[in-house]
Amino acid sequence: MRGGQGAAWAPVLQFTNCRILRGGALLREDLWVRGGRVLDPEKLFFEERRVADEQRDCGGCILAPGFIDVQINGGFGVDFSQATEDVGSGVALVARRILSHGVTSFCPTLVTSPPEVYHKVLPQIPVKSGGPHGAGVLGVHLEGPFISREKRGAHPEAHLRSFEANAFQDVLATYGSLDNVRIVTLAPELGRSHEVIRALTALGICVSLGHSVADLGTAEEAVQSGASFITHLFNAMLPFHHRDPGIVGLLTSDQLPPGRRIFYGLIADGTHTNPAALRIAHRAHPQGLVLVTDAVPALGLGNGRHTLGQQEVEVDGLTAYVAGTKTLSGSIAPMDACVRYFLQATGCGVESALEAASLHPARLLGLEKHKGTLDFGADADFVVLDDCLRVRATYISGELVWQAEVAGQ
Amino acid sequence: MRLVILDNYDLASEWAAKYICNRIIQFRPGKDRYFTLGLPTGLPRNHPESYHSYMWNNFFKHIDIDPNNAHILDGNATDLQAECESFEKKIKEAGGIDLFVGGIGPDGHIAFNEPGSSLVSRTRLKTLAMDTILANAKYFDGDLSKVPTMALTVGVGTVMDAREVMILITGAHKAFALYKAIEEGVNHMWTVSAFQQHPRTIFVCDEDATLELRVKTVKYFKGLMHVHNKLVDPLYSMKEGN
Repeated sequence: MRGGQGAAWAPVLQFTNCRILRGGALLREDLWVRGGRVLDPEKLFFEERRVADEQRDCGGCILAPGFIDVQINGGFGVDFSQATEDVGSGVALVARRILSHGVTSFCPTLVTSPPEVYHKVLPQIPVKSGGPHGAGVLGVHLEGPFISREKRGAHPEAHLRSFEANAFQDVLATYGSLDNVRIVTLAPELGRSHEVIRALTALGICVSLGHSVADLGTAEEAVQSGASFITHLFNAMLPFHHRDPGIVGLLTSDQLPPGRRIFYGLIADGTHTNPAALRIAHRAHPQGLVLVTDAVPALGLGNGRHTLGQQEVEVDGLTAYVAGTKTLSGSIAPMDACVRYFLQATGCGVESALEAASLHPARLLGLEKHKGTLDFGADADFVVLDDCLRVRATYISGELVWQAEVAGQ
Repeated sequence: MRLVILDNYDLASEWAAKYICNRIIQFRPGKDRYFTLGLPTGLPRNHPESYHSYMWNNFFKHIDIDPNNAHILDGNATDLQAECESFEKKIKEAGGIDLFVGGIGPDGHIAFNEPGSSLVSRTRLKTLAMDTILANAKYFDGDLSKVPTMALTVGVGTVMDAREVMILITGAHKAFALYKAIEEGVNHMWTVSAFQQHPRTIFVCDEDATLELRVKTVKYFKGLMHVHNKLVDPLYSMKEGN
């Protein structure tokens, strides 16, 4: 249960001996929490004349807003796109396990699937607050089936669709209910995409451009219609060309509606994007960068061979291959590893790396008042990191939900 | 008076901090024995540069004081007169101020007791002098229209009642005020001069602040530094249980 500054009955927690990420900087400040929200200690002192009920020493660590993963297809053997009778358990398992990666909120992602799968799976993944049981579900990310044949990547060709016939009605018929949907990735070059984009945006759903052969003009029109995200920049789209930058050109486009910012997902696992490409994107448009894992079910399974559905996958460190080949089989780098890799590859500074995994996805989803920030009044979802940005502990609503084992107890 | 002269702002600040620390510890405060520290007060609350925010960020958040023991004049009170009277009453109830620490304005004022303030004044509402408004403008992005023109302040008399007074003065722009305060007579145009009649005053300043003093004055007090330094060395600690 969350209360505001007015949850006067709840105990006041003071996290001391730490540096908190606030206002884009690491400040030597204490973090005060009450009723699951970040508390303003100055108001507490002068208006309520109270001190903390409990102090917790953070050992000099960094306290950052909990990471938000807006593109994750499963993990630990669970595949969100598989229509089982108990999708909920799979989501819950992943939600619990990603706490150790510092993720406190996420968008379970479904890849291109036949309508039956959407109709069966979507109602089983409701929006849910996080807690000791696991990270919060912000809503589902539907990646496909309205994408380009040519850029489908690993998505099954048989289930690709278009909405030329009935635009938004086709979308509804395919997905069924949109109640639990937060993000939809589509290819804007498909006919009548503008109607669809406008209809989805009107429902508060974030439209993302991806798996597409759109040129820059088409992409810009899509943004003007309401699209605000790019799905895994560079992957599954036309490469940057100096006379037609394609979707990548949105990062520096001057045709975007005034005051609107385009966000773009990047997989910083050391494999899917060359570090030089990471740097180009980051330098061109640092404020729009959103770190995503785009993790597949092999995430967290450990080195060796695993059977996942119809696939045989070989895991080696932070890379997954189709067994017996050198073909990449999706990403398996946990979010905290992505943050560390991103920091090292771009030299961007700890604050920027942390914001790319927290504040920016929160802004993308319009949640920045409560998530992705440690401002007063925000949800107290945060992660305790050492100086190497390794996760030491994860908190949701001010409650400890995961802790690294302390060596030599 | 004692006049303690340090080389620069940082050294002066450090000396003053150690002195206050030692004074509090030597007082042997306890559950029923409070050391009452006085500091000058000012701006309305919840203003970006509010004195409450300033005190919180620079003092209260770093110590473990019980909020009920921090009394700040409330510039937003409905009845300002009553607020001032209540403040004076609280000081009396606390047994008086043990040590008052203040600065000096370029016009020689202590707290917001502008030139012309009665030297026996009590806590009250004061209209600020232009000099003070200009000096405060730096806290409001240089926008004069945003600087408060009125302030609640402790009076000269209120501070004179403290058992000990420490005045911190640093910077060349304060030099003339320091000269007027200690080398000229007691004068309500330079209200800090009132402390010439206080039994226990200590001025802590840096070299620049002494620029308008007579060489003889400065040499005399610098020559006493070995005596003054005994007040901060050794530096006591609450933990040593002395």
